[in-house]
Amino acid sequence: MFLGAFTWTEFAQQLAAGIREGAIYAGLALAIVIIYRSTRVINFAQGEMATFTTFIAWSLMNHGLSFWTAFPIVLAIAFAGGVAIERVVIRPVENAPVLTIVIITLGLALLLNGLMSVIWGGANRQFNGPFSTRTIDVGSVPISVQDIGIVAVSVGLVVLLGLFFRFTKLGLALRAAAVNPESSRLVGIRVGWMLALGWGIAAVLGAVAGMMIAPVVFLDPNMMQTILLYAFAAAVLGGLDSPIGAVVGGILLGVTITLLGRYVGFIGSTLKLPAALLLILVLLLVRPGGLFGRVAVRRV
Amino acid sequence: MRARLLLELAGFALLTLVVAALPRFVSDFRARELAIVGMYFIALLGLSILTGYSGQISLGHGAFMAIGGYTTAVLSVDGVYGHQIRDLWTIPIAGVIAGIAGLLVGVPALRLSGLYLALITFGIAVSFPQLPKKFDHFLGGTTGKILNLAKPPFGLHTTTNNWIYYLTWGIALVLLLAAWWLVRGKTGRALKAIRDSEVAAASSGISLARYKTLAFGISAFYAGVAGSLYAIANAYVNPDVFPIILSVYLVVGLAVGGLDSLVGLIAGAGLIYFLQNHSDTVARWLNHLPALSLDPKQPGIPSMIFGAVLIVVMLLLPTGAGGLVRRVFGPLTSRLYTRS
Repeated sequence: MFLGAFTWTEFAQQLAAGIREGAIYAGLALAIVIIYRSTRVINFAQGEMATFTTFIAWSLMNHGLSFWTAFPIVLAIAFAGGVAIERVVIRPVENAPVLTIVIITLGLALLLNGLMSVIWGGANRQFNGPFSTRTIDVGSVPISVQDIGIVAVSVGLVVLLGLFFRFTKLGLALRAAAVNPESSRLVGIRVGWMLALGWGIAAVLGAVAGMMIAPVVFLDPNMMQTILLYAFAAAVLGGLDSPIGAVVGGILLGVTITLLGRYVGFIGSTLKLPAALLLILVLLLVRPGGLFGRVAVRRV
Repeated sequence: MRARLLLELAGFALLTLVVAALPRFVSDFRARELAIVGMYFIALLGLSILTGYSGQISLGHGAFMAIGGYTTAVLSVDGVYGHQIRDLWTIPIAGVIAGIAGLLVGVPALRLSGLYLALITFGIAVSFPQLPKKFDHFLGGTTGKILNLAKPPFGLHTTTNNWIYYLTWGIALVLLLAAWWLVRGKTGRALKAIRDSEVAAASSGISLARYKTLAFGISAFYAGVAGSLYAIANAYVNPDVFPIILSVYLVVGLAVGGLDSLVGLIAGAGLIYFLQNHSDTVARWLNHLPALSLDPKQPGIPSMIFGAVLIVVMLLLPTGAGGLVRRVFGPLTSRLYTRS
């Protein structure tokens, strides 16, 4: 079933591409996990939010700003946007059934998607990223600088987030609010705002993921739709409430899918997504909590 | 309870009369539009049994519709061993095949709750359009398959659109009656018990596995029938006829119509059709508001309006149109049931 000749150089290249792909999934999966941990909501609008902020970055760069000047501005806008969305549409349905919240985030995804088409049009756009696309040789394997940059940014983000959650008071408060809202309220944590903060952070993570992927694919309103699905899969693979799991799951999924697509003729490029889905389904049946997640124990 | 039963049967008789008489008052083209609303209504009935009654979320019902549509296309164009099957008779087959697919999804769904199920079924919706592309010699790839134009059978003197209207709504009414009969009896009570508390339901002796997979199968059967009719009305199928977003639209229709209100779903079905095909009208209405000037023909408008309607409805009216009707008329009709 091998396609063409197998060489170790090409295998290493595919592996690198898989890791880059996985780093993108990991970024968005991390955003999904952050929101899930703090609010027990799966945000179906995560991809659209990321694309929206990437379009804002594109507009800023179109007005003459350089990537690294636009970058912090976009992150600030993303954060404010995430907080605003939580306050306006999620907070009123905080205690509603899962379906209601799922439907609202789906509505949000549709709304943002339509809004992007209206504002920026549906055409594909070139997005110039911060990293060059030339390749350098890493141990005789040519790898593009862009791929290395994307992976570095994703890893850096995870480390930063880990430090934030572990060593800052705010990070501790965020974790506390997620684990036990009642007791957190008693010790003076403003739980409502912590949830909004979680959405803000998730929006920032999404914005970074969007700006990293946009140079690789073209920027259009539907850019994130398939990526979001892989990100969901990555988050579920790693366990929905584990940030480390999201990153490991993302990379694992990226590598698996890229290698399957390249070396298993039947799967090719068309059946990558169903293959990923099947993988997740099997994993969920064996380990319902994902690789790193804990199985929820319910009290009756 | 007897007064309630009579009231519901009378309501059904009235609905049948309206459905039967409607084509006399509208144009041929409107009859076609109403027929498509009927197809969405059938799919929503199935989704209501699954989500509204058994409490399982599906964001993948567009895929079951697609299975129905493709079954009809393959059977009526290629046929079985070269023997083409008349489109009318493919409808039940399409339903059964989609239903079997639903049962297959229902088995792993037993172990996935709430959000995980939403994610997996969403994955099904997204990955389904890849299948016709992969198996293009059989399912027609991106270009799809062309069906024979639907013609009224038995030499009936009526237009194609009218024939599709009566066919769709005839099936819809039968399926509505079946769904109503199902949810008001033992099965309906079991499903509702599972929705409200799985643990409590299991400890009162309800087989979770049996009823939850059953709900998935029945609901996919409905979607398959709807998809089959949709294929017949369109006279072609391709991945764009059943886009990914269709699954989302169905959930929208369900939420707007009211999760467990069968008749209210007609409103949801109407909304799906209206927003998809007449969003330029909505944009023109919105332009009457101050500080708004939307170009009605712009491509993003439908999804923008869909999204906004969805959010507003869920925030203001979480029980949908059916819930609203119940809240308004509940105090009036409950007098009929209680004899004091």
